[in-house]
Amino acid sequence: MTSQLLFSQLLNGVQLGVLLFLLAAGLTLVFGIMSFVNLAHGSLYMLGAYFGAAVFARTDSFLLGLLAAVVGAGVVGLMLDRFALTKLYERDHLDQVLATFGLILFFNELIRILWGPSSVFMQVPAALADTVSIGGITYPAYRLAIIAAGIAVAAGLYLLIQKTRVGMLIRAGATNSNMVAALGVNIKWLNTLVFALGAALAGLAGVMAGPIVSVQPGMGEPVLILTLVVIIIGGLGSIRGAFYAALIVGVVDTLGRAFMPTVMRTLFERNTADAAGPALASMLIYLFMAVVLALKPQGLFPANAGATR
Amino acid sequence: MNGNLWFPEPIHWTAPRTLVALVVLAALALLPAITGMLGSDYYVSFGTRVLIYALAAVGLNFILGFGGMVSLGHAMYVMLGAYAVAIPASHGVTSGWTHLAIAAATAAVLAAGVGAVALRTSGIAFIMITLAFAQMLYFGAVGLKDYGGDDGLTVAERSVAGLYDLSNPTTLYYVALVTLVLTLYLSWRTVLSPFGLVLRATKANARRATALGHPVFRYQLTAYVVSAVICAVAGVLLANLTKFASPSYGAWTLSGELIVIVILGGIGTVFGPVVGAIILLALEELLPSLVEIAMPDYKANWMLLLGLFIFVVALALKRGVFGSLRAGRGDSR
Repeated sequence: MTSQLLFSQLLNGVQLGVLLFLLAAGLTLVFGIMSFVNLAHGSLYMLGAYFGAAVFARTDSFLLGLLAAVVGAGVVGLMLDRFALTKLYERDHLDQVLATFGLILFFNELIRILWGPSSVFMQVPAALADTVSIGGITYPAYRLAIIAAGIAVAAGLYLLIQKTRVGMLIRAGATNSNMVAALGVNIKWLNTLVFALGAALAGLAGVMAGPIVSVQPGMGEPVLILTLVVIIIGGLGSIRGAFYAALIVGVVDTLGRAFMPTVMRTLFERNTADAAGPALASMLIYLFMAVVLALKPQGLFPANAGATR
Repeated sequence: MNGNLWFPEPIHWTAPRTLVALVVLAALALLPAITGMLGSDYYVSFGTRVLIYALAAVGLNFILGFGGMVSLGHAMYVMLGAYAVAIPASHGVTSGWTHLAIAAATAAVLAAGVGAVALRTSGIAFIMITLAFAQMLYFGAVGLKDYGGDDGLTVAERSVAGLYDLSNPTTLYYVALVTLVLTLYLSWRTVLSPFGLVLRATKANARRATALGHPVFRYQLTAYVVSAVICAVAGVLLANLTKFASPSYGAWTLSGELIVIVILGGIGTVFGPVVGAIILLALEELLPSLVEIAMPDYKANWMLLLGLFIFVVALALKRGVFGSLRAGRGDSR
C-alpha cells in the first residue's frame, strides 16, 4: 500500500518536474543567451493555458487547443521580444525585473478583462481520461501523457541544441554572444528565435497543466517562482541543469507535501506535526535550494559561466 | 566630512532637490492639521501608509541604491515586523518597545542568515534567491495555524510605546513620520560615511573594492542586515496601522512594489524613496476612480494601467522623478 502510494506520488513528482522543465528550459536559455531576467515567463504559461482552454472548448479538439497554446504563446513571445523588450536587453537586471513585473500585472488584468476573474474549467481530453495500470498501481493516463510529452520535448531540445546548426549558434551565443555577433551571425534573429521558442514551451506547459490545475488569472506566478528555483539549482543558463533540477524540485516538492506531515507525526507529537508539517513541506524546496547554494553557489550543473558574469 | 557636526555634506539650499525635499517634508508634517480642517480621518491613515511604504523603501534603497544588491524579497522583513506585533499582542504583550525589539532582533538574525547564503551569489542569482527565501517565509507564515495561517491575525490592541499610545491615528502618523525622518537622516549620514563609501564602491566595482583590501562580503552583509531591520520597523508600524498581520504582507508582489517605489523616486538618492512612495500610492489610490470615470465597466481592471505604468517607468525613467532633479554639487541626496 505505502510503496504503491509512494510510487504514484513519485510519478506525480516527475510530472510536475517535467512541466517545470518546459518552463525552465526557455527561461534559462533566454537568460544564458541574452542575460535577460524575464519574470513575465509565467504569464506566457498562463496565456498558453487560456488559449488552449478556449480553443479546446470551441473545437472539442485537444490537439487544436495544444497547437493554439504553443503557437499563441510563441507569437506573444515574438511580439514581446520585437516590440517591448528589445530595449531592455542591454539594461541592468534591475530594470528588467521591474519592467517584466509590470508586464505580469498587465497580463493578469488583460486575462481578467477577456475571460473574467474566476477560473476557467478545462477538461481532460477524452482519449486520455482513463487510468492505466503500471507496476500494480492505477495512474491517470493524462498525467502519464504529460510525462511522456515532456520527456519527448526534452529529447527534441537536446537534439536541437546539440546536433543542429541553430543549436550550435545558441550554445555559442550562451558562451559569448558578442563573439558570435562579430563572426557575422545575426544575433538579434537568434535572440528572437530563442525567446519565441521559450515562450512556445511555456505555452505548452500551460496547456498541458490546464486540465489538472485551475486555469485562472495569476496562475503563472507560483509556477514562475518554482521555475526560478529550478534554474538556480540547475545552474543559470544550463539546459541540462534545468532538466535534472526540474525533476529534483518536482519530486522533492510533491513527496514533501505528500509525506512530510506523516513523517513529522512519527517524530513529534500530533499537534506540532499537524501544524508544522504542511508549512515545512512548502518550505522544503527553498531549504533545499539554500543548501545547494551554500555548497555550490553556481548551481549543480553550472553552464559555461564565463560569458554571463 | 567637511567637519560640520550635523550635515555630512554642504547643503545647496537653492538646488531643486533640496527644495523638493523640504516642501515634501513640510507637507507631510502639516498633513494631519490640513485634513483635520477638512474633517476627514481617511487621509491621515492613507498618509501613514505612504510613510510606512516610504520607510520600507528607504530600507531597501540602502542596499539596492547604494550597495547594488537587488533584493526581490524585502517584503518578508515587513511581514516579520508585522507578526512581531501581532503574535505578542495575541498573548497580551502590548508594549511597543517589546514589539520593536522583537522585530529588530528577529529581522537581524534572519537577515544575517539569509544574507550569508544569498551574498555568495550576485546579479540575477541574488535576485532569485532573495525571492525564494521570501517565498519560504511566506509559506512558513501560511503554516502558522495557531496564528491565523492564511487568513492572518488581527491585532486587538495597537502597541503602547512609553509615552505614546499608537491607538490614536494622528500619534501613529507622527511616530511614522519621525521614524522616517530619523531613518532618512541616518541613511544620509551613513551613505557619506566611510562605511557608505565602501558600500558604494562595492556597487561600482566589487572586484576592485576587494583588491583594495576591503572585506566586501562583510560590508554587504552589514548593509543587508541594516536594511532588513528598517523594513521590519516599517512592518511594526504597518501592523499598528491596519491592526492586522498576514502572510500577504510578505507576498512577492509587495517586494516588487518596494522596488518600483525606489526606482520611481530615484535609485541611489536618499530622499527618492519618499517621493516614489507618494507617487505610487497616490496612483494606486487615484487610478481606480479615474478608470471609473473614463470606462465604468473596467473599474476593477485598473491594475492593467498600473502594470503599463511600471513597464514605462522601467524603460524610460532611468534616474527616477526625484533623481532627475538637480542636486547641486553632490548628487547623493
